[in-house]
Order: sequence, then C-alpha cells, then structure tokens
Amino acid sequence: MSEQPIDRYRRRLLGGAVAAGTLTLAPGLFLHRLAEAKPDADPVTSIIRWGLLVDTNRCASNCTACVDACRDEHGWTGHDRPRSDAQWIRKVELRDPATGREVSLPMMCQHCAKPPCVDVCPTGASFKRADGIVLVDKHICIGCRYCMLACPYKARSFIHEELSHQKPYSPRGKGTVEGCTLCVHRIDVGQEPACVEACTADGRGALLFGDLNDPKSAIYQALAEHPSTQVRADLNLDLGVRYRGL
Amino acid sequence: MKRTRYLEIGTSSGYLLLLAVLGVLVAGGAGAAWFMEHQGHHVTGMDNQVAWGMPHVFAVFLIVAASGALNVASIGSVFAKVEYKPLARLSGLLAIALLAGGLAILVLDLGRPDRLIVAMTNYNFKSIFAWNIFLYNGFFLIVAIYLWTLMDPSVAKYGKRIGLLAIGWRLVLTTGTGSIFGFLVARQAYDAAILAPYFIVLSLAFGMAAFILVMLVAFNGSGRTLGGALLGRLRNLLGVFIAIALLVVTTYYLTNLYAAEHQATVRMILLDGGSVTTTFWIGQVLLGSLIPLGLIYHPLFRDSRPALASASVLVVLGGLATMYVIIIGGQSVPLVLFPGMEVSSSFFDGSFNPYAPSLPEMALGLGGGALALLLVALGVRVLPFLPDALPDTAAD
Amino acid sequence: MRHLLPALLLLLAALPATAAAPADGSRVPLPAIDAGPGEQCVEPVEFMRRNHMELILHQRDETVHRSIRTKRYSLRNCINCHAVDAGGQPVSLDDPEHFCVSCHRYAAVKPDCFQCHSGEPEPGVPGVVGAGAWSRGLAANASRGVKP
Repeated sequence: MSEQPIDRYRRRLLGGAVAAGTLTLAPGLFLHRLAEAKPDADPVTSIIRWGLLVDTNRCASNCTACVDACRDEHGWTGHDRPRSDAQWIRKVELRDPATGREVSLPMMCQHCAKPPCVDVCPTGASFKRADGIVLVDKHICIGCRYCMLACPYKARSFIHEELSHQKPYSPRGKGTVEGCTLCVHRIDVGQEPACVEACTADGRGALLFGDLNDPKSAIYQALAEHPSTQVRADLNLDLGVRYRGL
Repeated sequence: MKRTRYLEIGTSSGYLLLLAVLGVLVAGGAGAAWFMEHQGHHVTGMDNQVAWGMPHVFAVFLIVAASGALNVASIGSVFAKVEYKPLARLSGLLAIALLAGGLAILVLDLGRPDRLIVAMTNYNFKSIFAWNIFLYNGFFLIVAIYLWTLMDPSVAKYGKRIGLLAIGWRLVLTTGTGSIFGFLVARQAYDAAILAPYFIVLSLAFGMAAFILVMLVAFNGSGRTLGGALLGRLRNLLGVFIAIALLVVTTYYLTNLYAAEHQATVRMILLDGGSVTTTFWIGQVLLGSLIPLGLIYHPLFRDSRPALASASVLVVLGGLATMYVIIIGGQSVPLVLFPGMEVSSSFFDGSFNPYAPSLPEMALGLGGGALALLLVALGVRVLPFLPDALPDTAAD
Repeated sequence: MRHLLPALLLLLAALPATAAAPADGSRVPLPAIDAGPGEQCVEPVEFMRRNHMELILHQRDETVHRSIRTKRYSLRNCINCHAVDAGGQPVSLDDPEHFCVSCHRYAAVKPDCFQCHSGEPEPGVPGVVGAGAWSRGLAANASRGVKP
C-alpha cells in the first residue's frame, strides 16, 4: 500500500530533519531554521504548533528591526494617522516604578490556543488554523470589530481607508480587521516569520521561532530549560508567544 | 368595562411636518453611512483604540429600549392588568420600530455592510453576536405574531401564550445584549456578570420613557383623550425603574472599587476620564436619573404632563449618556497587560484613549433613532394601533 | 414610458467606451479581452468563462483555512499570467484593459477580490504557473516580447 503524503510529511517533521537545521547562536539558545517546506497540496495539521519565544534580555529598547521588517513584509505603512493606522507588531517599553528596571519587548498577536477573538467573531472570520496560528479570513470578515474589543493584547487593527497595491501574499482591504499572521505565507514554504529573520540579522537575536509540540525543536528545549511567562497568564489562554526576562 | 375602539390617525399638517423632519434625519443618517463606507472609518472618531463609537452608543440604546418598550404590552397580557391592554398594540409597534432603528445603525456601521449576507449565512455559534442575530430576528417574529393576536379576533385566543413567550424572549434578548460586553474577559471595565441584569434594568427604564413620550405625542397630536390614571401608573413605574438602575450602577462601581485590580479603572471613569467622567456625572447621574426622579416624585409636579414628558426626555438622554459611559468609557481605559508596570508604546499602550465623535457618526445615530420614530408614525397611520380615546373610565 | 426601454438600449449601444468595436460585422459590442501570454488556461476556456469564480472560491477557503497552496487554481496564478500585457509588463487594475476588469465591467458584475488583493502580478515573476506547455509557451513569449 502506498504511503499517504501527509504521513511522509509527518515523519519528516518528527524525524531528525528539523533538528538538523538549527544554528547555534549562543549556548543553550538556537536559531531554528525550518528544514522542510510543507507540500503545497497538504493541509496543515495540529501535530505542529507554531510558537515564538521572545528573550527580553536581548531586546534593545531603541531597536525596531522586527517592527520595520513586518511593516515592509506586509505593507502596513499607514497614513500618518497614528490612532487609526494599523500596527501588527509594536515595541512596548516597561518600567517597574518600584525598582526603575526597564524592559523592552515586541507585542503582537499571541496566537492563543483559546483565542477570545475567535470565540466572539459572529461569522467565523476570526479563526485558528490547525497549527495554532490565529488569522482573520478577510473574505468573510464583516468589519464588526468585536474581536478588537475582545483581544486582551490589542493585537488587532481595523483598516480605516481604501488601499491599493497590496503585497500579493498579504491581501489587506478597507473595512476588515487584521493582525499578525505569524507570516503564514513564509512558514508554509519553509521560511521563518519576517520579524524573526530581521531580529537575527539586524537585532540581537531575541526572537526564537519553532514548533512548540516538537521535543527536538530549539524553542521546545529553550522553554523546557529556562523559565518563561505568558502575558496575562491569568486569562489561561495558552499562548503561542512566550516571554523570557519579564 | 367599555370596549376599546382602535383607529388609524388622520393626516394633519402637524403629522406631515413630523414625517418631513424624521425623513430629513433618516436621509442624513443614510448619507452619513454612505460617506463613511466610501471614505473608510478614518472620517469617524473611531480608531484602533476606541473601535466602537457613537453609532454603537445609539444602536445599543435603541436595542435595549426596544425590549423595554414591550413593558406595557407584557403587563397588560401576561400579568392580566386589563387597564394596560388598550396600549399593548402601540407598545409592540414601538418595540419593533426601536429594534429596527438600532439594527440599521449597527449594520450600516460595519466595515463591510455589503457583506450582511455573510453574517446571515456564516454563523459561529460560540459568538454572542451570532446568538443575538437569532434573538433579534426572533424578537421581530414573536412581537409581530403577538400584534397579530391583538388585532385579529380569530387568533386572539393565542394572545396570552405568545405574550408569555414575548416577555421571556425579551429578557433573554437584553441579557444577550448586556453579555456582548459582560463576556469581554480582557477588558477591565467589562468582564462583569452584573452587566446582563444591569442592561435588563436599563431596558425597563429606557423603554418606559420612550413609550411614555411616543404615547403622549400620539394622543396629543391626534387630539385623542388620554386619562390621567394610567399615566400616573406609568409615571410610578418609570420612577421605580430609574431608581433600580441607579442602585445597580452604584453596586457595579462599589464592587469594582473593592478589588484593587479594578480601582484604576473606576478612578479613570469616575474622576479622570474627561468627557467620560462628565458624561457619567452630568449625563447619567444628574440629568438621566436624579432630575427625572425629582420630576416624577416631587409633589409639586404631581399629575403634571409636561413634567412627566420632561422626565422621559431626560431619561432618554441619560440613557444615551449611560451607553456612552459603558461603551466609550470601557474602551478608553487602557488594557492592563503588565500589572504594576509603567507601560508605553507607539500604539498607546498604558494611556487613556480619548474619543471625539464626528458629525457622520452622530448623523448615523440620530438617523437610526429617527427611523424608529418614522416607522411608528407610519404604523399608526396605516393600521389601527391607537385607541380612539383612553379616558380614565376605560381603565377602571 | 413605452419608449423608455428602446431609448435606453440605444443609449447603451452608443456607449462602447470600454467595449471594442464589433470586428466581425456583428452588431454586439464585446469586451476588449487580452488573455495575456501563454497558450492555454488551466482549464478549457469555455469552462473557465463560466466557472472561474467557483474554482477561485474553493481555492480561497482551502488556502486560508487549510493552507493548501497549490498554484493551479490560485488567484495569484490567474493574476500572474493574465494581468500582463504583450510586452510582459504588469497591467494595473486602473487600466480598463486589465483582464478581470475589462470583462467584469462589460458584464457589470463587481468582483469582491480587489478590495484586498492587488490584482497585479508579483514583481519579477510574470506567470509563475504549473501547467507545462502553458508555462513554456509563456516563458518563450515573454522572452520574445510577444503575445500569442
């Protein structure tokens, strides 16, 4: 009997191929490079759960490499109207008033396993892909903005004006809600999200991307080894984005 | 008891003037919606911080009031208070009209109103919004059937049962509307189960005030007799509803004040919130609750119709203020992502979000309200909704 | 009132602004469709004329929700091949001769694609396609700067 393509894909992912593609950045921390692209004809599965680890110790407060890369990649350049312009990812500066300790970190869609935006969306436009990525299906988004009220992380933006010349792989349009896609168009062809690539190249390597379900993945091992936090862990949303050094 | 006769109202010059004014307001709302859709929402005061603005203030007010407008019909049929019965038809008509006006605003404020069909064909059954789509459609249907049982003697025997269904449905509907906010676990100002009963109490007050106003205008405008006894009862009910609403809102803020987690939020809304704070104290508490209570209960204004009408107008304005505080205030308060930390970002994390409504938003909201009144005005003209006279003897 | 309809029809017939003049002596104006380079579409032309939207709609849901990114029926594939002029240059949505625009204007059917999708081919990749003979023909044509 012939092997199903999905089985081959699964075997490859669970096998050594992924681990072979890691690059040592620092002791105990790896840059994860996806070894294999998903075959075009195969659907995503829940065997994988994509996630991101942000090491705030390595995140400089004056660095916006991740934000710039995301803006270039997806073309959310804005209209000089800061209050209504979209921001898929932003740098948040924290200061502990008691000790004066300062922390800088990128904040974006946390790709919850139990996303409130998906629960409240009346049409099902806000949805979670099998591999854990939370997306907006802009084809059925009616622009009610309930997800923006429900999101604890302010991760969603509404498009307030007509757009043209969008990126072919990142369609965006007036009257719909949008947010970080974790660069699905890149992940599906075996690349890392644009922010992660930029942070490695131009930043200090504060972002680690990988499969939270794969014990061999660098992110899995980093999370197993060091303490990390989820923002607003009290909501128990099981986030795909984790932070170190908070 | 005398049998009540119902008659359509005639076409007077005053009536035509009313139609013209309402028509202009409705056209203004439609024009505003067209402008907003073509320009995109950047022409409104809404943004990525305050995503729901003035249209939602008007829409939620009208939807909540719609449920309350059914009070009189419910009291008449379900609680078998015959004196309210002659007004049941008007009560049902007003309920349908207010809901239609509110929904029109909500739909026209969508980013993609052209995709309404998507909202009707794709349902996420975990969404309170999706439940509400069913609740609103069901409300239209049930109240329409209820009106049918009131107006057609051949089906009158089903009136009591459908009336019972209507009162149950409207309670669920208002609970659903309140839950739109109550289920937002992430927002410091929402995420409270008390919002659902709060909305029910608000609906009783708003709906009663809207009903009293429409009734006074309809009877006066068509020169029909309206006895004082029934008005007195409605006046007392309105007073009780306002008082309960005030009690619930006090409870809401006091419980929030007890939890250290919520103290900053309460402080922002009650003290430091700019237009939200002003709207709360002046609009919701003073104009919307205390002055109406004075107008209703002070012996000086006993049996005064202008006083009752003024109280009702103030309750309606106070109702809009209440919705402003809940909807705008709740979004103005920053989300707390990192408790105890000072937070700043290019996306306004950690800061109070100001909001200033734009003209198109106001026009859309007013247009929706005018649409509701226009529907009532047309309804009483073409069908016998209104008793030809309602003297006190009829209420004995 | 009785003359209104014929008058309207006459008016329509006299407005061939976006429609090419009938070439074959037929009195019916036709849209100016430039199918773009390449020899054949992913399905027979007759089938595509009637069913392209079904294919795109199906593929849309498959891609967004299940990440199935086969190129054959993808909108990007349509655009990459069709929204290219004889010289291999991208055709903008503002151009009445854009493949989708020309026909949709003629049929007075507004597609709900281009509020979000750019409608222009990806830069540097005119015709990233899967069909063998088709892509070969396209590549050959593109290099010669002609269309079939």
